[in-house]
Amino acid sequence: MAITPELVAGHNLSAEEYGRILEILGRQPNYVELGIFSAMWSEHCSYKSSRLHLRKFPTTGSRVIQGPGENAGVVDIGDGLAVAFKMESHNHPSFIEPYQGAATGVGGILRDIFTMGARPIASLNSLRFGSLDAPRMKHIVDGVVRGIAGYGNCMGIPTVGGETTFHSAYNGNILVNVFNAGIVRADRIFLGRAEGAGNPVVYVGSKTGRDGIHGATMASEEFAGNQTSQKRPNVQVGDPFTEKLLLEACLELFATDAVVGIQDMGAAGLTSSTFEMAGRAGSGVEIDLSKVPARETGMTPYEIMLSESQERMLLVCRSDRLPEVLAIFRKWELDAVEIGKVTDTGRVVLFFGGEKVADLPAAPLADEAPVYDRPRRPAAAPPPPRWPEEPEPSDYGACLRRILASPNVSEKSWIWTQYDHMVGTNTVERPGGDAAIVRVKGTARALALKSDVNPFFCALDPYRGAAIAVAEAARSISCTGGRPLAITDCLNFGNPEKPDVMAQFEAAVRGISDACRAFDIPVVSGNVSFYNETDGRAIPPTPTVGMVGLLEDVDLRVAMAFRRDGDRVALLGQTRDELGGSEFLRTVRGRDEGPCPEVDLAAERRLCELLLDLAASRSLSSAHDVADGGLAVALAESAMAGALGADIEVPGFVRHSALLFGESTGRAVVSFASGEERNIAERAAAAGVPLVMLGRIGGPRLRIARGDAPPIDEDLRDLTALWRSAFRRSIESAELL
Amino acid sequence: MKVEVRVYPREGILDPQGKAIAAALVRLGHGSVEGVRAGKIFFLDVAGDDRAKVEAEARVMAEELLANTVIEGYDVRVL
Repeated sequence: MAITPELVAGHNLSAEEYGRILEILGRQPNYVELGIFSAMWSEHCSYKSSRLHLRKFPTTGSRVIQGPGENAGVVDIGDGLAVAFKMESHNHPSFIEPYQGAATGVGGILRDIFTMGARPIASLNSLRFGSLDAPRMKHIVDGVVRGIAGYGNCMGIPTVGGETTFHSAYNGNILVNVFNAGIVRADRIFLGRAEGAGNPVVYVGSKTGRDGIHGATMASEEFAGNQTSQKRPNVQVGDPFTEKLLLEACLELFATDAVVGIQDMGAAGLTSSTFEMAGRAGSGVEIDLSKVPARETGMTPYEIMLSESQERMLLVCRSDRLPEVLAIFRKWELDAVEIGKVTDTGRVVLFFGGEKVADLPAAPLADEAPVYDRPRRPAAAPPPPRWPEEPEPSDYGACLRRILASPNVSEKSWIWTQYDHMVGTNTVERPGGDAAIVRVKGTARALALKSDVNPFFCALDPYRGAAIAVAEAARSISCTGGRPLAITDCLNFGNPEKPDVMAQFEAAVRGISDACRAFDIPVVSGNVSFYNETDGRAIPPTPTVGMVGLLEDVDLRVAMAFRRDGDRVALLGQTRDELGGSEFLRTVRGRDEGPCPEVDLAAERRLCELLLDLAASRSLSSAHDVADGGLAVALAESAMAGALGADIEVPGFVRHSALLFGESTGRAVVSFASGEERNIAERAAAAGVPLVMLGRIGGPRLRIARGDAPPIDEDLRDLTALWRSAFRRSIESAELL
Repeated sequence: MKVEVRVYPREGILDPQGKAIAAALVRLGHGSVEGVRAGKIFFLDVAGDDRAKVEAEARVMAEELLANTVIEGYDVRVL
């Protein structure tokens, strides 16, 4: 086939990029080679717009075993064990086909984890949907949740937490970010490297079909209008039962020493796995594509190289161990075929039925993809907010009820009860708490897992919003008694070719970097998802943070629920006169106004250290991060979770709406035995953390007084019923379609 | 009028159900089975006597609900 400018453009390659291809090859590429370049140099695979900025992340630390660049990051957790974890997006496929899109997203992240040699132990998911009354949205929510449940539950891997946000800004472009963590022996980690000339290259897993051809390119384009019904992109269907077999087969194989390197065939399938494995090792590979197990007849080399069929892996094993490798996969009823060999030529050479169909250098495609420093220009500042001049509400109790019933704050058991969150019997803290806690079997340790970002803050100020995401995740994990170890991230943005989007991206990366440095934690893996736009309208910047924390002793964990009648309640951290970006403004006033709350990273760190110190000495009955909905919602959540009311008196240092519902950062609500009051006040003072005594736990009501002002005084059972039923009612209120 | 709507996985889309059925048939001794694609049939009773109109309406039903056209194909037959 002749390579015309139209064909090049149809492969999403610019004229300049094509020029570079000619330079690298010293000749014209053929059709197969053009397809390979297109996939490898897509935004999704090459990170061409983001790489320059991602270099700012701190990625090292004493516990880091594997940083970014592999299938997942790996961090030491002691006892010879390590945790492998990563977060990824599956936004576009989930919008087009919610069930399969979300399901295959889960499948992909699980493969990233078990490719490293780790057994996946827990998933989180971070979901952003449009308004529930937008067209198709209930159908999408239903499909995504069932898809995550369908795949995760079949695999027997618990989905233990996550977060869900609803806002009209996501009406045309939802976000599905999936996180998984697995446990691996620190000395048994497998990497995606094709080493040792002469070693066999083995294809394992499902057969290759014509599904998802050019999915990586699709993820690198904007949606245009009603594309969902016009040009049907080819989406993939997942098969979790095959993936379960693949998981067990791989782990059985890893127990031997036959494997040299292994990589998941994710985005850009066989293309990315061959080029990346050879590129990392500085080697080459020679593959006969006619040996690739095909699901359909007549598949061309182009289709085989670009298919994104699920549940497939590429591995390199020692040449003398091939029969053993094939036998293990046969035992698990999976295809396993030697399709080629590692070479030392530095080239990826593809044959099809005796004919050479591609001959490309490995390293330039994998590592020397274009890098763009795209122009950046922050968007114009929004008009000044109106809230500072507005009168206070007349009924704060009614405000609290409205916020508790809002889609963003209301309890989401409709979602997480569809997930098997207990399978494996290691889940200690279920969804709904500050962070999920999962036991590390065979040890006293546990992992605390949390995904976090407030996109409303990021829309107002991407730098601060991103820093707050890290700080809030660290705070949530510290509330449970877990020490933050490291993060992964999933950076969801609009079109990077637009200067305002690129400015948001750069600011968010700086925000995450600065916050990680303040907490002394590295970024060990991650993913960038650009082009989250429909009809030219970008989503709010949504840099999702997935954090892993470590509890040395699971018995020292602290939950958010009030535990004991008569316990004292206190607020740690400083409350400012802030309402910008708050759920109160959105729900009660119906407006998205700023400014974004301030963040003091040093104060955040002091608060976390204090929470960890108090947890270690068993001084706390409960601890809960103050976030969406502010102090009143945090108090209500602790009370509702423990089914214990409280009598609270908040000193009025700022306007009452900000006092109750403002979302100042760096705060937590703690409770403790009355005898601990002095001890805790002294330790907070020594740690440099402001502390305000708020009152005592007890009774059937939640009463929040502020001097002579009319108090919030609500029956706790009514409040709980409202909070628990609001989301279920709104999602089930109409036909799903 | 009686209308049949057949819904089946689109060509090129993985069909885990069909794959499992094919494997089961082979296990039962039907070694000649080389592949199975599993779909479903809807038998509709639709009021009206204009075949073309009924068929057109059934197509809309298939597009809107009976088939997930991202991954499934369908055909409509008025009996």
